[in-house]
Amino acid sequence: MAKFAKKKDGDLPAVSTASLPDIVFMLLFFFMTVTTMKDSSLLVENTLPNASEIKKLEKKDRVIYIYVGKPTQEYQKVFGTEPKIQLNDKFANVDEVGSYILAERAKKPQELQNVLTTALKVDKNANMGLIADIKQELRKVNALKVNYTTYEGNAFNNLQ
Amino acid sequence: MARNNEIPEVNAGSMADIAFLLLIFFLVTATIQTDMGLDRKLPPKEPSPPVPLNERNVLRVVLNKNDELMVESELLSINELRSSAVAFLDNGSDTKSCNYCGGERDPYSSENPDKAIISLNSDREASYGMYVKVQNELTAAYMKLRNRESLRLYGLEYSELEGIYNDSQTSVIDKKQIKDKITTIRNLFPMRLSEAETRQSLK
Repeated sequence: MAKFAKKKDGDLPAVSTASLPDIVFMLLFFFMTVTTMKDSSLLVENTLPNASEIKKLEKKDRVIYIYVGKPTQEYQKVFGTEPKIQLNDKFANVDEVGSYILAERAKKPQELQNVLTTALKVDKNANMGLIADIKQELRKVNALKVNYTTYEGNAFNNLQ
Repeated sequence: MARNNEIPEVNAGSMADIAFLLLIFFLVTATIQTDMGLDRKLPPKEPSPPVPLNERNVLRVVLNKNDELMVESELLSINELRSSAVAFLDNGSDTKSCNYCGGERDPYSSENPDKAIISLNSDREASYGMYVKVQNELTAAYMKLRNRESLRLYGLEYSELEGIYNDSQTSVIDKKQIKDKITTIRNLFPMRLSEAETRQSLK
């Protein structure tokens, strides 16, 4: 039976890697769809509190973000450890919030300017005083829709 | 000289490497953002004249700098806040205007949910985590009552109604109907959560 040449034993056939690109592309597309681009790097600590009665912010283009929290380790030498406000890529004072909102609002298309939401991403250890000041500023520029951004979870984990 | 007319096959062996490179780039630059939270509407800036309210229609919630909670002049644990808010909103001592209330009809508590106001005052030193927790509990109280009424009237929970309304597959006609239902429920238990300064006038 010369037709059936005996296979050499102990020789594993090479695994085909032809489908590897497909798998990787699949992963790539998954990540492209579920994530969003980082538009500004965080200068403050930002551990959001948990809440259970939350609503999803639907449209990304209608949201203005304000970050509040302690400056991160590398900035603590310069800015101290008191909670600060971060607007775009830099630290800001409370009185700059209003003009920031107005500037961001002017950048949006006309039809969205009345339906903007301000998302407050505040570290759970921040003080209420700063938040109250920010809210006063928001009221001054008539940005009345706010969203206290939280993680989904049990609110009783907030105090630890 | 014989020409080879066949197009040579492109070597796809490095495709995986290119794809990995892209993948790693996206992993590094992207973040999974949380875009969920508690929606609130701030009162407009124009100073409105002080509205006289009946004291029994106001539930005073005060958060002090040690993150302790005081409800109607008594220290209360955060676990009890939801039930006491529900009891206050659902009280309905005015039986005529609130025939759907299931509360105790206590004459010293709120008349009907439309008049009932929860006033939240927080100290400047209070922590934001605690504040969100209080807000969360108060929202939960409203949601509980809205769910109850919605279940009674339409056989669906309020949160389900909102879910259907926000679903992009719902047709325009259905949306209109559901919006009416949502508005009805919202009017039964309007969310009247005030963070303004409230003064107790002495008579």
